[in-house]
Amino acid sequence: MAILSFIGGIHPPERKELAKGRPIQEIPIPKSVYLFVNQNTGKPPAVSVKKGDSVKTGQKIAEAQGPVSVPLHSPVTGVISDIKKVMHPITQKPEELLVIDSETDQFDFLEPLSDWKAYDKEKSHTLLYERIKEAGIVGLGGATFPSHFKYLEAMKKPVDYVILNGAECEPYLTIDDRMMVEHPAQIVGGLEILLKICGASKGYIGVEDNKPEAFEALKKYANDRIEPALVKTKYPQGGEKQMIYALTKRSVPVGGFPIHIGVIVHNVATAFAIYEAVEKGKPLYERGLTVTGEGIAKPGNLWVRVGTPIQELITYAGGLHSEGGKVILGGPMMGVPIKDLTLPVMKGTSGILVLTPEMVSEINETACINCGRCLMACSLRLEPNYLVKLVKAKKFEEAYKYGVLNCCECGSCAYVCPSKIEHVKHFKLAKKLHATLKGGKK
Amino acid sequence: MATLLSTSPAPHIRVKDTVPKIMRDVLIALIPAVIFAVYAFGWNALWLCVIGALSAELIEYGIMRFLRKKKDFRPDGSAAVTGLLLAMNVSASFSWYLLIIGVLVAIGIAKHTYGGIGNNPFNPALIGRVFLVISFPVQMSVWAPLNHAASTLVTSATPLSILKQKGFEEAARQVSLLDMFIGNTQGCLGEVSALALIIGFIFLLWRKRVNPIIPIAYIGTVLLFSFLFFMINPNQFGSPIFHLLGGGLMIGALFMATDMVTSPATMKGAFIYGIGCGIITMLIRLFGALPEGVSFSILIMNACKPLIDKISRPKPFGYVAPEVKKNG
Repeated sequence: MAILSFIGGIHPPERKELAKGRPIQEIPIPKSVYLFVNQNTGKPPAVSVKKGDSVKTGQKIAEAQGPVSVPLHSPVTGVISDIKKVMHPITQKPEELLVIDSETDQFDFLEPLSDWKAYDKEKSHTLLYERIKEAGIVGLGGATFPSHFKYLEAMKKPVDYVILNGAECEPYLTIDDRMMVEHPAQIVGGLEILLKICGASKGYIGVEDNKPEAFEALKKYANDRIEPALVKTKYPQGGEKQMIYALTKRSVPVGGFPIHIGVIVHNVATAFAIYEAVEKGKPLYERGLTVTGEGIAKPGNLWVRVGTPIQELITYAGGLHSEGGKVILGGPMMGVPIKDLTLPVMKGTSGILVLTPEMVSEINETACINCGRCLMACSLRLEPNYLVKLVKAKKFEEAYKYGVLNCCECGSCAYVCPSKIEHVKHFKLAKKLHATLKGGKK
Repeated sequence: MATLLSTSPAPHIRVKDTVPKIMRDVLIALIPAVIFAVYAFGWNALWLCVIGALSAELIEYGIMRFLRKKKDFRPDGSAAVTGLLLAMNVSASFSWYLLIIGVLVAIGIAKHTYGGIGNNPFNPALIGRVFLVISFPVQMSVWAPLNHAASTLVTSATPLSILKQKGFEEAARQVSLLDMFIGNTQGCLGEVSALALIIGFIFLLWRKRVNPIIPIAYIGTVLLFSFLFFMINPNQFGSPIFHLLGGGLMIGALFMATDMVTSPATMKGAFIYGIGCGIITMLIRLFGALPEGVSFSILIMNACKPLIDKISRPKPFGYVAPEVKKNG
C-alpha cells in the first residue's frame, strides 16, 4: 500500500523516544488549581460562581456565551479562594483566572447517555450534540475549537467522513500515541458517536507510520465503518488540511472549512473525551499531556487536572536539568514559550516541552537569498519568501492577496530557512492586523 | 525561580544550515575546476582565483564596515563566491589588478548599490565579467597557452571562435569533443573543463544546495536549439555537443544561472528561466557578432526574474477546490 501523505513538508528530528514508552500516569491532585476562564477559541464563557463558593469536581462554573463557546467545569472539589486577572499565555492579554483550593474529590457529573447507540436521528442531533457542548469539549490537539460547533452545519449538510487525527506530527510529543495505545476502544467509541451525530458513513483514524503500536491497537476495534489508516511520518501531517488530503485526496478550499468538502476532523484525545462525556457523563476537566524534552529529568506522559500549575508537573517529572532554557506549551514547532511556571495547564495543553539552554539560540535574521527551500517545505503551496518580503515592506493588502491568511503557522518555512528568517512571526503579525482591521469594520 | 526562560517565538527547533555553510559548499564545488585550471594553465590560474576571492571579501568588508557602517557585519562567503567565479571567467594570463577592478565593479556596483546579498537583481560576477569584456576587450580575449604535457593543442583560439570564424568542420578538426569535455582546450581558466565543473555540481546536488531544474532546462534548450540548426546547416552552426562543451555554457548553466538570488525559486519559474537562458545563448552564438553569449543571456534573464516570478506564482493549496466541491 502506498503510504498516504501530502505535498511538501519537512522531517525534523522526532525525539519521541524520550517519552514514547512511558504509560500515562495520573498525578496527585494539586493543592490549588488555577483555572483560566478563557480556554476555548471563540467567546469565553461567563463565570457563574463567586469567591467563597464551594464547588464539586465536574460542576459547571461558567456558562457558554453564544454558539462558538463552551461551559467550563471545576477540575477539583473545593472552595473558590480568588478570582483575578492574569496574563494569558495564548491570547497575550490579562484574562480572568479562578483559584480553587482543593479537597477530596466529590463528583458532580452529567447524566450518562449509555443507550446512545439506540438513538434515532433526532435524538442524536439533540442529546448527543448538546452533550458535547455541555461537557465543555474543545479540540484537544491544541486548537481548542469548540467541538460541537463543527456539527451545527454538519447536521444540515451531508458529511462523508469523520477523521480522527492521530498523526501527532509535532516532534517530542507522545500523548496521542499513548492514548491510542491505552484507550483504543474509547477512541473508536468516540468516533462511533461522532458518526452517529452527523450521519457520515465512514470514519478514518489517521496515524503516522512511526506509531505502529497505536495503529495495531486501533485495528483491533476497526470495523467496516471505522478504518485506522497509516499516513507518512512527515511534518505537518497532523494539520487538518494535510490529514484530510492524505486520507481522502480532497482539498479544503481557500478560506473554507473541512465541512465544505464533507469532512470533519477531531483529535484522538477529543474523541476519547467525547466518549467519556456520553458514556459516563464526565465533563472535560482533565487530560493527558507529555512532559518531555532534553531539559527535563524524567520525561513521561501524565494525566492531569486542567488548572494544574506547570511547575508541579515539572517537579513531578523530576525537575529541570539545568537553569534557564525554554519551557514550551505544546511541541517545538508550534508551541508557545512561557516565562512564568506558575501558569496552569489548559484544555489545549498537549505537552510541556523543556529545552536546555544550549538548544536555545538567539535568532539573527539575515537577508533572504531566495534559495526556495521554504517553497518546497510549505504544504499549502504558499510563497513564504515573497510573503515575508511583503509583510516586512508593510504591503499587507498584497500579502493578503497572496494568501498569508491561508497560512497554518506550522513553521516549516522557518524551520528550513538558512537565513533564519522568522516567517511565522511576520505572518502572525499580518494575520493579527487583518483580524483587528476587518473585525472592526464589521 | 530566578532563572530566565527564553521566549523567542516558534518554531523552537531549526535546521543547522546557514547561508555561510551554503556559500562554503559552493566554494568547495568550484575547487575541481580550479585544480584543473592549475594543471592546464599553471600557478597563475591559482593566484588569480585566490586574488579574486580574497579581494572580493576585503572589498565587501570595507563597504559594509566603512561605507554602510554595519558594525556587526560578519562575512558570509558570498563575496568570495562572486570573486572566485569572476576569476574563473578570465584568461589565465589576465592581469591581477584588472581582475581586482572587475571585482570592485562586481561587489561594489552590482551587489552593494542594491543593498547587498539577497537584493542584487543581476549576478554580480557576470556584471564584473561583462564590465571587463567591454572595458578591456583585448586583455579579455588573449588566451593563455596550455602548459601541460598532454596538450597537443595547436590553436590559440577558443572552440566557439573557431566555429564562428572558420566553420564547424575546421573547429572539429582542431579540437576533439573529448578534449573539450576534459578541458584540453582554450578558454577562460575556469570554464574549459566540463568534467571538473560537473564533478563540482554533483557535489552541490548531493548536498542539496542547488535546484537542478535551471541547468536541465538551460542545457536542454541549448541542445535542442543547436540540433535544429545543425540539421539545417552543420558547417555554419555546429553540433549540439560542440555547443554544450565548447564555451562557457557549463560554468554558466551549472554555477552562474543557478545563483539563487538572481534566479526564480519556483519550479515553474526555474524552468522558464532556464529555457530563456538557453534560447538567448544560442541566438547570440549563432546569429550575434560575439562567439559566446552565456554571460549576456543569464544577465538578460536576471532582468526578467521579477516578471517570471509574477507569472509562475504557485496556486495555493485548495485553490482548485471549487471543482472538488461540485464533484463531491
